[in-house]
Amino acid sequence: MSNVQANPRAEESIFQGYAPAAASYDEVFHSDGEVRDGWRELLATADQIGRTELTRRWSRAQEEIQAEGIAYNPYDDSTGVARPWELDLLPLLIGTEEWSALATGLEQRARLLNRVLADFYGPQELLTRGLVPADWLFSHPGFRRVFHGQQSHGGTFLHIYSADLARAADGRWWVARDRTDAPLGLGYALENRILASRMLPNAIRRFYIERLAPFFIRLQETLRDLTAARRDNPRIVLLSQGPSGANYFEDAYLARYLGYTLVEGGDLAVRDDHVFLKTLAGLLPVDVVLRRISDEDCDPLESGSAAEYGVPGLLQAARLGHVAVANALGSSLVESPSLMPFLPGIAREWLGEELALPSVATWWCGQAKARSKALKLIESGELTGYSVRSAYRLGRREAVSAAGPHGKSPRDVRSLLESRPDEFIVQEMVQRSTSPVWYEDEPNRLHVALRVYVVAGPDSYHVMPGGLARLAREPGELDLSVFGGQVSKDTWIRSTGPVRHVSLLATAKQPVVLRRSGADLPSRVADNLFWFGRHLERAQGTARLLRSVVARLTGEGEMGAAPDLDYLVRCLALQGQIEPGFAVEEMKDKLPEITNVLPAAVLDEQQPGSLRSSIAHAHRNASQVRDRLSLDGWRIVHHLERTSSLASERAAKSDPSPADVAKANEKEIPTRKFAHVPFGLVELDGLIDELIVSLAALDGLIGESMTRTSAWRFLDLGRRLERASHTVSLVQSLPDENPPEQGRGLEAVLEVVDSLMTYRSRYLAAIHRAAALDLLLTDETNPRSLAYQLATIADHVGNMPRGDAHPLGTPEDRIAGSLLHGVRMVDVEDLSVAQLERSKLEKFLLRTLDQLPKLSNLVSHRYFIHAGRPRQMSEGRREHV
Amino acid sequence: MKFKISHTTKYEYSDTVPFCQNVVYLQPRDTSHQRCSRFRLTVHPQPATNQRRADYFGNTATFFSIDKGHRLLNITATSSVDLDPHQLPDMTDTATWESVRDALHLDRTAEGLARYQFAFRSPHVPFHAELADYARQSFTSDRPILEALADLNHRMHGQFTYDPRATNISTPIMEVFETRRGVCQDLAHLMLGCLRPLGLPARYVSGYLRTHPPEGQPRLMGADASHAWVSVFCGEHGWIDVDPTNDVFPSLEHITVAWGRDYSDVCPVAGMFIGGGNHTLSVAVDVAPVDNQE
Repeated sequence: MSNVQANPRAEESIFQGYAPAAASYDEVFHSDGEVRDGWRELLATADQIGRTELTRRWSRAQEEIQAEGIAYNPYDDSTGVARPWELDLLPLLIGTEEWSALATGLEQRARLLNRVLADFYGPQELLTRGLVPADWLFSHPGFRRVFHGQQSHGGTFLHIYSADLARAADGRWWVARDRTDAPLGLGYALENRILASRMLPNAIRRFYIERLAPFFIRLQETLRDLTAARRDNPRIVLLSQGPSGANYFEDAYLARYLGYTLVEGGDLAVRDDHVFLKTLAGLLPVDVVLRRISDEDCDPLESGSAAEYGVPGLLQAARLGHVAVANALGSSLVESPSLMPFLPGIAREWLGEELALPSVATWWCGQAKARSKALKLIESGELTGYSVRSAYRLGRREAVSAAGPHGKSPRDVRSLLESRPDEFIVQEMVQRSTSPVWYEDEPNRLHVALRVYVVAGPDSYHVMPGGLARLAREPGELDLSVFGGQVSKDTWIRSTGPVRHVSLLATAKQPVVLRRSGADLPSRVADNLFWFGRHLERAQGTARLLRSVVARLTGEGEMGAAPDLDYLVRCLALQGQIEPGFAVEEMKDKLPEITNVLPAAVLDEQQPGSLRSSIAHAHRNASQVRDRLSLDGWRIVHHLERTSSLASERAAKSDPSPADVAKANEKEIPTRKFAHVPFGLVELDGLIDELIVSLAALDGLIGESMTRTSAWRFLDLGRRLERASHTVSLVQSLPDENPPEQGRGLEAVLEVVDSLMTYRSRYLAAIHRAAALDLLLTDETNPRSLAYQLATIADHVGNMPRGDAHPLGTPEDRIAGSLLHGVRMVDVEDLSVAQLERSKLEKFLLRTLDQLPKLSNLVSHRYFIHAGRPRQMSEGRREHV
Repeated sequence: MKFKISHTTKYEYSDTVPFCQNVVYLQPRDTSHQRCSRFRLTVHPQPATNQRRADYFGNTATFFSIDKGHRLLNITATSSVDLDPHQLPDMTDTATWESVRDALHLDRTAEGLARYQFAFRSPHVPFHAELADYARQSFTSDRPILEALADLNHRMHGQFTYDPRATNISTPIMEVFETRRGVCQDLAHLMLGCLRPLGLPARYVSGYLRTHPPEGQPRLMGADASHAWVSVFCGEHGWIDVDPTNDVFPSLEHITVAWGRDYSDVCPVAGMFIGGGNHTLSVAVDVAPVDNQE
């Protein structure tokens, strides 16, 4: 079938065996199998690389996606499972001329929709001139009167416009959907480009592919200019729904790429009709809000929205011109498909132009003619090529569930149309082109949806030369959301000559004011960083302790168990890794063999304090502040999470459930049968080694790559507090016995806290109590010692942002200072000479263990405690009785 | 007829409220037969910001925020309002309701559209065929609009029982229709749900109702109430108010504050606050006739 002859070794040809569909347009092949112009060189390049190598590159890219955690709906509460992004090997290629026609049409459409918005929320000339039926606007639940009469900056409502395109069988592009509220997908388009250029490294340059960066620079300029009159260096925030939103990955990605602060509604406050960012250093003014949540949820004070992620008072601040919101509040109104039938007329009247880019044929049933057309279609049973859908889109949802010919009987559709016609449209089923994809290692034929983006400039709109192509087996899957479909493709627009490389950072024309700030850290972010630090350190401490235990359990002890094993197992039990009974001498014998329970216990996510749970918490905290972590840092966190959660699944499976055991006993089947995949000490040992290496790498990154701002201080404070408690509790649990036993215990502690090498290099001898305790507790030159932690803690606490309320120091200062003083006053010789003195050490350790959590709480209260969610005053109450 | 009105809303909190933001619709608007000569809004504690804005329907919305910690919020609106006596047109002499409807549907002037928008669904007033059928028993073919309206008003008053315990703020109008019980807000919403599906523009009016003490007893301060009723566009006679709770056409007892599509457009006191613990609310309204001309 295929005539791809670019490679003489035809069997290597990557689309060998692919058959373009007869009824639809194929992006790559003519219906006779001939390759389309423009694709030949790309296919030839691919063929040259060869199937084997391409497969390898594609797998590599998928690994990359896994490693970076590129996914959507990461914390979807219903399933809790993030779906990883999938990218095809070959891009969608669009030629120069074809694209330029498309871009002209898109630019016109953005211009037109912007004017329509300004009119609906202003003079409503479209209604008085009869270009849009008054019924359309007045019956539209998304026409919120509170948005009327806003002063939009320079007449622009629509700063970012997006359209979903479909290509019909004749090769023409149609607009299937308009997106004007807060268009999604830009981040994925960017990520696709980065991955695609790794799979086909030289192709982008060689085939003169347009770059995406200029579009984002334009976006930055547009947003900056929204406040140009007032500030040189405006504060722009990206308002996200947070990790509960399906697009959180993208929000974080874009915020980092564009250099904006990622905020959730709770991070912003409106005071004196101005918008502020709540930071550790107090309230900082916000000039521009790039919103990623729907306009109806942005201001619960006036829209009555019950959503918790809005900002009360935002609308009034915007009305008074104190803040600019992009897109302007109310923009969602024109993304309803029922507006489509009126656009050609508006374009003719207002612009004196024909609508350059047609919409998929749509009829709004609020009009008698359209209604009777729809009813006639139903009557004649010809509804197959059409769908009956909601006329509106509100808050990213179809307002009324789509009543398609698939879902409902013709009679039901009919009665809906007769009783509530204005809530429905009839739309021709979107025809979509097909394209071969490499998906699943062989050429498949999937349908294509192309999402494209337009940004407002000072005088006109600019189209991003590229887009997000999504592909699906059933064209209908692509209609519902930007996440629909099986796989995505990067979109390459060819230029006629070499494309200049630009970077987002190289645009400043004016001298920049040097800054070393860090005070603009939102309290919520500081909170997450602090706990990220704590959980990370807890995981590390636990992992090291476990490694020592496992080494002793699997090692060949001379007399069976290693002598310090009891001590280490007790530590594990005290830390909640295993049944607390293991810490009690009399109970130990009644419990199962530690060897059997250990793997499942430490990998039990439900068990608070377990290794698995610490890592899961650290990952959760990190994912809330993704924009604050370097890409490498995030990768390691993601790797830790994946490795430990996979191991956790395996361990859970290999551990027969009590029900299984009971059943087995009944039928006399060996329980072994239920252990699908064994996960024993050997596997645990390997896992722990891997985790420790990753954790150490993360430590290094944090130590070497994070600037010493407040963000770093909070993270490090969390780590230090945790490490201090860990060390103290290890020393505290030391056996209260004669020297040889103690010596072994001390050696184990030194090993666990990574100080054994230091000890050996210093003393070259058996473990001496005073020397060991010095290294563990009082030696400020040892970054693992208690004294070192306490000195660092005192430094962090002393350098935290603070108001003028505490000229003499905060309570945190006093606790940190007194602990540091305490450890400096300890005389290890004194502590170690006599049994009697043991109580002195005990007292000191107890005091430290008592004070550290207090310090942690004080820091939380001062910096992290939020004032709480704003509530509606009128909750459940009515005035008119 | 001149009235002095005071309307006090008091929130008491069990914990401190460090910050609150409010939007209130408390300033009586001027109408064809009502003038508000004086209005004063007093808020304790002193607000940090205070602005007024004319909303989409021409009502005055007042925005204020309080950034002083408080456990008691007191919002008092006082106003002086003059009402002109006005004659209801002869009912049989009004245009048929169909002709009012048809004329309006063809009117594409700004004024026409400003009326027409009240003939559509709104958040509290969805459309139900049952309600249209109920209305059609009064709105029979070619009947003069005011006569039909009076009939609907009278029927509703006779068939529905005033019962504050039967409904709450979120009771759907169909439930009110089925249980035949509710308060003024429910009856106003229900009447809107009857008229609009017929294509007639009808709006929700928020205001005050003067109450009369029982014979021989002194007037009690604060015993009056916020009230809500309906206004219907009747062609050449303009908007005519109708009160289904009391089976009357308001004249000198109803003082208009604001109007909109339904309660959600003109909620007298709305706001958001932080903290506060539990809170209790009390409202006192006083509508006092001023006997002597000043």
